[in-house]
Amino acid sequence: MSVPEHHEFFIDPGRCIGCQACVHACSECDTHRGHPMIHLEYIDRELTTQTVPVICMHCDTPTCAEVCPADAIKRTGDGVVQTARKPRCIACNNCVLACPFGVPKMKGEFELMMKCDMCYDRTSTGKRPMCATVCPSGALYFGTIEEVETLRKSAVPTNRFQFGQQSIRTKVQMMVPKSRRPEYVDVTSALDEAPTGQDMSLNIISDLCITALAQ
Amino acid sequence: MAAESAVLETIDQFGPHLSYPSGLRLDTTVDPDKVVKTHCCFCGQQCGIQLKVKDNVVIGFEPWEEFPFNRGMLCPKGVRRYLQGAHPDRLLTAYERDANAPGGFRPMEYNAAIQRVASEIGRIQSTYGPDAFAILSGASLTTEKTYLMGKFARMCLRTANIDYNGRLCMVSAGAANKKTFGIDRSANPWSDIPKAEVILIAGSNVAECSPITTNYVWQARENGAKVIVVDPRITPIARTCDLFLPVKPGRDAALFNGILHLMIEHGWIDQPFINEFTVGFEQVAEHVRQWTPQKTAEVTGITERAIRQAAEMWGAAKSSFLLHARGIEHHSHGVQNVLSTMNIVLASGRIGREGCGYGTITGQANGQGGREHGQKCDQLPGWRDIDNPEHRAHVAKVWGISPDELPGKGVDAYELFRKIDRGEIRGLLSICFNPKVSLPDNNFIGRMLEKLEFYVAIDFFLNESARHANVVLPGSLQEEDEGVVTSAEGRVIKINKCVDPPGEARQDWRIIQDIARALGRERGFTFQSPREIFDELRRASAGGVADYSGITYEKVERQLGVFWPCPSEDHPGTPRLFERGSWNPVAHGQGPFYFADGRARFNVATYTPPAEDVDAEYPLMLSTGRVISHFLSGTQTRRIGPLVDQYPEPRIELHPQLAQQLGIADQDWATVESRRGSCTLRAQVVRTIRPDTVFVPYHWAGLKSINQVTIAAQDPISKIPEYKVCAVRLRKEDAPPEYAHQLEPHQ
Repeated sequence: MSVPEHHEFFIDPGRCIGCQACVHACSECDTHRGHPMIHLEYIDRELTTQTVPVICMHCDTPTCAEVCPADAIKRTGDGVVQTARKPRCIACNNCVLACPFGVPKMKGEFELMMKCDMCYDRTSTGKRPMCATVCPSGALYFGTIEEVETLRKSAVPTNRFQFGQQSIRTKVQMMVPKSRRPEYVDVTSALDEAPTGQDMSLNIISDLCITALAQ
Repeated sequence: MAAESAVLETIDQFGPHLSYPSGLRLDTTVDPDKVVKTHCCFCGQQCGIQLKVKDNVVIGFEPWEEFPFNRGMLCPKGVRRYLQGAHPDRLLTAYERDANAPGGFRPMEYNAAIQRVASEIGRIQSTYGPDAFAILSGASLTTEKTYLMGKFARMCLRTANIDYNGRLCMVSAGAANKKTFGIDRSANPWSDIPKAEVILIAGSNVAECSPITTNYVWQARENGAKVIVVDPRITPIARTCDLFLPVKPGRDAALFNGILHLMIEHGWIDQPFINEFTVGFEQVAEHVRQWTPQKTAEVTGITERAIRQAAEMWGAAKSSFLLHARGIEHHSHGVQNVLSTMNIVLASGRIGREGCGYGTITGQANGQGGREHGQKCDQLPGWRDIDNPEHRAHVAKVWGISPDELPGKGVDAYELFRKIDRGEIRGLLSICFNPKVSLPDNNFIGRMLEKLEFYVAIDFFLNESARHANVVLPGSLQEEDEGVVTSAEGRVIKINKCVDPPGEARQDWRIIQDIARALGRERGFTFQSPREIFDELRRASAGGVADYSGITYEKVERQLGVFWPCPSEDHPGTPRLFERGSWNPVAHGQGPFYFADGRARFNVATYTPPAEDVDAEYPLMLSTGRVISHFLSGTQTRRIGPLVDQYPEPRIELHPQLAQQLGIADQDWATVESRRGSCTLRAQVVRTIRPDTVFVPYHWAGLKSINQVTIAAQDPISKIPEYKVCAVRLRKEDAPPEYAHQLEPHQ
């Protein structure tokens, strides 16, 4: 069982519309029905409708596994970081706190950390992961790098991230604007930036005359 | 208080209760008995989906990646739609109203219920005349059922009064399509969207209301297209657009007239196209002369700079696609708004070619097919006019009756309630329509439903309107029957049966035929299957504008959909309308448009303010719409647990500037109030809305229904209600409303 070699997972937050089809579909997956392994985050709903689907990035050197005192989190030969092993997981939450991407969630009812395993059951039989199949905006995409290069002309994939002193390389690719083409995504420094794409439209809204409101 | 406790008892008995995956639906070891390729039951996108069936229950889904429109993509409603089946609230028998029974309804034997319905129809029609009994139908039904409803009204009941809930949805677009193009359908397949240089989206919350269309728009953007969005709110599709035009609700015609003014001024028009293929440009050009950028800015609340930018982006493009939806259509001048968008399309000459298109995004599952075959008050099958003698003769012949036996034009769905008020309509049959939630000023609707001498509702759940019924007949879910529907693209597709209706529930067309038989008028209502109905529909539509005569179930399955018109069995269908040199049955080769001379019509689009403008007493504009996880009046989605969890109750969206002025913080309770009613909900403070506008989604019932507040003003041509703007005031509430502790999470 393995993920088809030439297929990769791409996330493009620029396309996300916050519909949560991915989360619903994940919880309909045959191996863990009723339990979504991914989630969706709003950046700041007061300011923007920007949302980000949070699936596991499948790090080359997974922080979650490194901080696990029970050695419960394993990475497969083809780079998929798996849900914690039930016999080992002690539900200590170390991984939940340590993951720089905020991926793992503790499922209290099972006393087990569960997270996205790139739909191993589906990808190993030639199907695409559930979330990337249903995503109606293409924010989650599973395919070849050639397909992405052909289809996504405004963005390029990157899999290098910087969190303060920590550099991370991931199996999952993040689409970034082609015009910016950063060597890596500096997540920590981006925390202080306002969500992009808002300046123009927000100015237009705030400039509106609201004299009609006078009461 | 008594009334309220009766409502709570009804909710307790009949729901909405929430369905979550359980039993076979959670068992990962179960192999389905079969996997059925079909389509989603909700919106007009009609995504292909495969439903997994075990022991006559739909237990889950698998994406259907081969279906070309959505290629496996789904929104949350599609993913969870299977949870509407095997639901605890499902009506498994007929019911009759009985104040002493639990929840106010007593189970009734099916045949006895049919007999009672027939005898009440007979009594009312013989006492007050045939038109005193009315029918309200719906555009989520298959085309076969919508055809049968029209035939049942005209041929069996001989009443003029049938209309449908597309009156709240597609009629402004339909009327404007007819005036401009002579045919009422999106002009292009969606595959033209990614090929366009500029995409203009007017009044369409694409990401939440037609989510799959998002990918087409994003693909256009990847290919270098500019995206312009016209909306009072920065919806998710607007967040990253190239130009956002935050139009003041109800001012769309002014905006597009202003854009056309600039197009003409700068020569961004296709004069050869205008000369050869259109009529009426001069009058429109004269009319928009007054719409200077300055005046347009004053009226629309959009800056002059942005209007100029929009005109240049649209005007100078080589290819384009204009999409609109209810945002510009739900107005007392909805038809004028739509005509104004069509004028800028015609002036650009960018239609009828690859990558050059125009589309109105249908709302309901069969928003397109449901408006073509005779359940509208003024229409016969094949998009024929009930007033046209030739059209009447054609349909009468197919039905085997004299044209004189066909009633004339009836009234629209809202006027029908005014007729109840005036005592002209005494009895009603409704199917696939929940007017108590979906019509504006719905306290009036509730009173009218109570005023009826007899009301029979056909539905699978006891929705809020059916609670007023004397008899409720247990109908079928979409997955319990087969038939065709027509998607937003004009693609006729096939719904396939997955499971049998449970208990005493029946396929809707059988129920209608049972009533016809009980009335002793079964001639013409002895179909044995949807296929037989479809074959008659093909003949009834033959030669009409909406010609389905060359479409067969087999062809639909083989081609994964057939675009109408399709006038013969060897015809492949018509994905793109108005191609140069194309033939149609109205122009007979004179030109590509559906008028005798083959030319499209420019129509002067007159701007008038909303029916109820703001004033000192009611200083804010209220706009209503949808959220991603619910659908229309919520009969289905308010019963699906995971969808309710995503958006559990309506909220009032307002801008921080307004919130600060009124002392309202995020999550505070607030009351939005109009001259008609009020609604107390939690506030959601967001910068993504105009400060002079508040927005509330409309999927909820009872005290949470924003349609208590909306206005019943209607467009004079299309009769669509003005859901998108009325005058309101807003105040903070210091305490939660009484209902907060009682009605959640049920409603």
